Amino acid sequence: MALDKNGIAQRIAQELRDGWYVNLGIGIPTLVANYIPEGIDIEFQSENGILGMGPFPWEGDEDADLINAGKQTITALHGASYFDSATSFGMIRAKKVQLTVLGAMEVSETGDIANWKIPGKMVKGMGGAMDLVASAENIIVAMQHTNRAGESKVLPACTLPLTGVGCVKKIVTDLAVLDVDPERGFVLLERAPGVTVEEIIAKTAGRLVVEGEIPEMVLG
Amino acid sequence: MIRKVVPNAQAAVEDIQDGMTLMFGGFGLCGIPENSIAAVRAKGVKDLTCISNNAGVDGFGLGLLLETRQIKKMISSYVGENDEFERQMLSGELEVELIPQGTLAERCRAAGAGIPAFYTPAGFGTEVAEGKEVRHFHGKPHILEHAFDAQFAFVKAWKGDEAGNLVFKGTARNFNPMMAMAGRITVAEVEELVPAGSLDPNHIHVPGIFVHRIYQGAHFEKRIEQRTVRPRV
Repeated sequence: MALDKNGIAQRIAQELRDGWYVNLGIGIPTLVANYIPEGIDIEFQSENGILGMGPFPWEGDEDADLINAGKQTITALHGASYFDSATSFGMIRAKKVQLTVLGAMEVSETGDIANWKIPGKMVKGMGGAMDLVASAENIIVAMQHTNRAGESKVLPACTLPLTGVGCVKKIVTDLAVLDVDPERGFVLLERAPGVTVEEIIAKTAGRLVVEGEIPEMVLG
Repeated sequence: MIRKVVPNAQAAVEDIQDGMTLMFGGFGLCGIPENSIAAVRAKGVKDLTCISNNAGVDGFGLGLLLETRQIKKMISSYVGENDEFERQMLSGELEVELIPQGTLAERCRAAGAGIPAFYTPAGFGTEVAEGKEVRHFHGKPHILEHAFDAQFAFVKAWKGDEAGNLVFKGTARNFNPMMAMAGRITVAEVEELVPAGSLDPNHIHVPGIFVHRIYQGAHFEKRIEQRTVRPRV
């Protein structure tokens, strides 16, 4: 069975490593914070200017001066710090943030990503996405394998305006975990519980490398 | 000490004219200069170019200046959540330039740091890079971006003193410090204006040299855009 949003977040959380600073985008990526493996220390960065972001505040404790990049009220954990937007993107461009997780509308087999604009529709803007994808060394995309029309979002080349080129390293979808190898294309690493390799092949428009037995994801 | 205090928002915006380029600090509705926005609206200046990460919401923040059609062009990184903005953009009344958030921040910082232009990897290979000079450093492509030039910058701080020194609270800092540095004339509104000497010089976020006018805001609504909480059990 395909994973739900929480399942995708839970699988991505397994990629977290002790001591990492991590930036989570809006949507499914935000849910990753709910599944940090036990025994590891992670600090979340939000690009509007906080390191050490904590969970939502208790009802009544919300503070208009303390939000995340999704404009949601949040809390600050012990050891947190606040800083301005130039410093925030400075740490992003200088690769101090070890992992960026973000959503996408399309990913290409060479790691291009499109996630900010659909021609003909109201464009809201790229926010910090272009800065993040241009600089982060480790980018994991969290998304559905296909769009609402059932068309693959895992493509030979993006059809929508790009957010960044050759930057995505890994994709976790409702169906599979894929590595992005710029030489070979999408490499199938794992499949969601009960999902067949045939289904993943059928729903992947880009080049897909399937080597040997593909294990099922193990979710805690 | 050089005193920067003006009596109120109205006095702080008295020489703003039609067609000027203005910066507004804030991220979403967090840390926006509410009192200066209201004063710019009351003054009725038109054809403004506004540089701000976001464009407010209907009826609040820069949404107030959109309502009165005072903005000709908006330079931002993200402009969702605003029906009037969308209407004016789609009808062609409002010109919009969208730029990556980190580039927006750095173009402000550069302006305040005497750096005319800089190279950044953000936006390479996208429509943001169209027509811009590309140069490779360490084998990686970067695009040339220029410092902003704004006649006025409006910022909001938590505390400030008579010398214009500013201290921010929480994530309400965001774009305010770089915009304070960038403005040819910087107007700071603060929740609490204190006598010089009351703030520890070790804890100043923006030195008063960057601030030309400071006043205590008459009213701060500090609206929350997305109230997310954990229910108490």
